[in-house]
Amino acid sequence: MDIAQNILLTIMTAATPLLIAAIGELVVERSGVLNLGVEGMMVIGAVCGFAATILSGSPWIGMLAAIVAGAVASLLFGVLTLSLAANQVATGLSLTLLGLGLSGMIGESFVGSAGIKLASLDIPVLSDIPLIGRLIFGQDPIFYMSLILTGGVAWFLFRTRAGLTLRAIGDNHASAHALGINVLKIRYLAVMFGGACAGLAGAHLSLVYTPQWVENMTAGRGWIALALVVFASWRPWRVLGGAYLFGAVSIGQLHAQALGIGIPSQFLSALPYVATIVVLVIISRDRRLTLMNTPASLGQAFVPDR
Amino acid sequence: MQNQRTETPLLETKGLTKIFGSLRACDGIDLAIAPGEIHALLGENGAGKSTLVKMLFGVLEPSAGEILWKGKPVSIRSPGEARATGVGMVFQHFSLFEALTVAENIALALDGNVAIDRIADEARRLSHEYGLPLDPSAHVADLSVGERQRIEIVRSLLQNPELIILDEPTSVLTPQEADRLFETLAKLKAEGRSVLYISHRLEEVQRICDRATVLRHGKVTGACDPRQETPSSLARMMVGGEVAEISGAGLGEPGEVLVEVRKLSAPARTPFAVALRDVDLTVRAGEVIAIAGVAGNGQSELFDVLSGEVTVSDADSLRIANVPAGRLGITARRLMGCSFVPEERHGHAAVPNMNLSGNLVLSRYASDREAFLTGGWLGLISSGPVAAATKRISAAMDVRKSLEDPPAGSLSGGNLQKFIVGRELDRQPRVLVVNQPTWGVDAGAASRIRQALLDLAKSGSAVIVISQDLDEVFEIASSISVINEGQLSKPEPALSMTRERIGLLMGGFHDGTGHGTETAEAAHAH
Repeated sequence: MDIAQNILLTIMTAATPLLIAAIGELVVERSGVLNLGVEGMMVIGAVCGFAATILSGSPWIGMLAAIVAGAVASLLFGVLTLSLAANQVATGLSLTLLGLGLSGMIGESFVGSAGIKLASLDIPVLSDIPLIGRLIFGQDPIFYMSLILTGGVAWFLFRTRAGLTLRAIGDNHASAHALGINVLKIRYLAVMFGGACAGLAGAHLSLVYTPQWVENMTAGRGWIALALVVFASWRPWRVLGGAYLFGAVSIGQLHAQALGIGIPSQFLSALPYVATIVVLVIISRDRRLTLMNTPASLGQAFVPDR
Repeated sequence: MQNQRTETPLLETKGLTKIFGSLRACDGIDLAIAPGEIHALLGENGAGKSTLVKMLFGVLEPSAGEILWKGKPVSIRSPGEARATGVGMVFQHFSLFEALTVAENIALALDGNVAIDRIADEARRLSHEYGLPLDPSAHVADLSVGERQRIEIVRSLLQNPELIILDEPTSVLTPQEADRLFETLAKLKAEGRSVLYISHRLEEVQRICDRATVLRHGKVTGACDPRQETPSSLARMMVGGEVAEISGAGLGEPGEVLVEVRKLSAPARTPFAVALRDVDLTVRAGEVIAIAGVAGNGQSELFDVLSGEVTVSDADSLRIANVPAGRLGITARRLMGCSFVPEERHGHAAVPNMNLSGNLVLSRYASDREAFLTGGWLGLISSGPVAAATKRISAAMDVRKSLEDPPAGSLSGGNLQKFIVGRELDRQPRVLVVNQPTWGVDAGAASRIRQALLDLAKSGSAVIVISQDLDEVFEIASSISVINEGQLSKPEPALSMTRERIGLLMGGFHDGTGHGTETAEAAHAH
C-alpha cells in the first residue's frame, strides 16, 4: 500500500515542474508569443531560488526570488521581441543559452552546498490516512500551486473578459489593435507571467525535487514543457494530463530499469518522451479542434502602424 | 435636401493629411458629412480612402489637419475613443477573430465587463431588427463572408453610433446580399444616423448615396450629388481621364477542346477549406470561360487542382489537350503549354523580395529553358535574355516602375498584377487559368489586363477566369459558370446570362427550374 502511495508521490513530484513551466508558456503562446527560452528561465529560477535560500535561510524567500528572477529574464525577452520586434525564435534560443551560462556563473560558489527543502504539508491525522493521505494532504506547497495555476489559467482564459482579450490577440493581433486593444501591454504581461512560472518551476527543482544546486540541473525539462503545450493543443487540462503522463512513464521506466528488465536502458530512458508525444498526438488528431485552439499569430512580431 | 448647407455637419475634416515617408497618402482632405445622409467616398485603389477612414477611426494618427465632430474639434487617438465619440466602423478586411464565436467577437468590441450571454441575446435581437440574422454561438471560421460582414455591422450597431463607416462592403457579397445590406442602410438613415460609404462601384453609389466625395492620389477631386452625374463623369473624377473601353470583338467560333474536366472531386485539405464535388467543365480554344462565385466557395481549391498545385488521384478526370493530366504537377502542365496566375500576388504569384527578372525565371525556367538558362545541366541564368524579356513584358503591359528591375513587392498592386499576367501571356500559352485577375487593381490596370485576356483568346487559346467581380465576368466571358460550395454550375453563354440568375446560382440553385425571386428570399431566410 505504502509503495503505491510512494510511487504516485514521486510521479506527481516529477510532473510538477513540467506542469508549471508549461502552463506559463501556454499563456504566453495563447497571446501569440513564442518564447523558446523556457529552459533558460527555469535554470535561472533554480539557481536564484537556491542561492536566495542559502543566503536568507528561508526556502520561501528562495521561492520568491526564483519567481522574480524568471520574470526578469522574460522581461529581457519581452523588450527584445515586443518593443524591438526581434525574431522570437532566435531570441528565445539565446535566452536559453544565456540562462544556462549565467546560472553556471551565479551558482559556482553554491555547488555542493547543502540546500534547505521547502517543507511539505503535514496535517496530523489527515496526512496519515492510508493510500491517499499524503497524496492529498502531505505534498509540497509548489505542488498545490501547480494545481491552482492550472485551474486558474483555464478559468481565466475561457471564463473571463481579460482571457478572451488575450486569446483574441493570439488569434489576430492586427484586428485586436484595430479594436483598440493594447496588444503589446497584454503580451508583456503574458510573457512575464510565463517567466514567473518558469522561475517557480525551477525553484521546485532546487528546493523540493533535489534540494541542491547542480549545473544544468533542468536537464531539458524546459523543452519538454514547450512540447507539452503544443501537443496539448494549448489547453490547460490537457497540459496537466501530458505532464502527469510524462512523469508516470519516467518513474515507471526507472523502476523497470531497477528490476533489470531485458530492454536496453537507453530505450527505457527515451520511453517517456515517445509515450507522451504519441498519446498527445493521438488526442490532438481532431484537426478542426486543434486549428481552433492554435494561436494564429504565434511567433509573429507585431508593430503598431501609427 | 435644401437645408443641408446651413446645418452643422456631423463630421467634418479640414486639411487632413497623412504622410508615410515621402508618400502623401492623404493630402489636405476637406470632407463634410451631414446628419442622416449616406455619403459616398469614391476613389481607386491607392487613392487614400482607407487611410482617411483609418484616421477618422483613430487607427492612424493624422500628420496635419483637424477633425470636427458636430462643429467642435476632436482628437481621436484610438478606436475606443472613436467609438466613444459615436463613430462605428465595418472594415474591408474584416477585423474578426476566426477562432472565437460570434458572441465573443462582439463582446471584444464592447467596453466594460458585460456578461457574454447578455451580449449574445442583444446581438440576436439587434440582428433580427435590422434583417441581419446571426447565430451568436457559431464560430467565425465556419461562416460565409456575408455572415462575417453582418457580425461587423451588428458589432458596430451595438454601440449605437451616429456615424457608421463601411469600407467596400459589397465587394464580397452576392447581388441579393447586397440588396439586403442596402435595406439595412436605408433603415439606419431613417433613424437619423449617417453612413460613410466607401466604394469604387459607381452604380451602387448612384443608387444609395446622397452625396459623394471623390479622391485621387490623396486629394479631393470632386464633391457632387452622384444622382446628378453619369457613371462616366464620376469615373473621370476618379481616374483623372477616360478609362479605355475593352472590346471582345473578333472572338471567333470556339475550336478544339483544350481543357476537359469530368467528375472531378477533391476532398477539403483543411477544416476551413472547401471540397470540390463532381466538377464538369469543357473549355475550347478561343473561348473565355468565367467562373463566378462568392469568395470561399472553392475558387482557390479549383485553381489549385487546375494548376497542379494539388493533384487528383484520377488522372483522367482532368484532360489537357486530350492528355490525362490529373496527376501531373505544375511544371509538367506548364510544359504542355499551360500558364497559371494565382490570386495572391505576394508570396504565391510572385516572391515580393525578389526582383521582377527573378520572378520571371521562377515561373518560366522550365517552359523557356532554352531562352533563359544556359550551361546545360548547370542551369545558369542567362541574364541578358531575362532582362530583355522583363523589359518586353513591362512595355507590353505598361508596368510603371521607378527602377529597371525593382523588387516585386515594391510595385503597387495593379502594376505587379500587370507584370504577373504579362509574364504568363508573354509565352503565348495555349491554356491560361487566372484566379481573380483584377482583385484590388485600379480601373486603368484592370481594363488593360482584361483586354490582354481577351486578346489571348482571340489568338486561339483557352482562357479560364475565376472572378468574384460580376462586371468583369460580363465584360470578358463567352460562357459563365458559377461555383457554389465546391460545385460548378453548367456553363451558360454570357449573352443569355443575367445578374439575377448568377445571384441565384451563387445561392446554390443548380436546377434550371423554379428560380424565381420568391425562392431566393426563402433561401435567404435560413
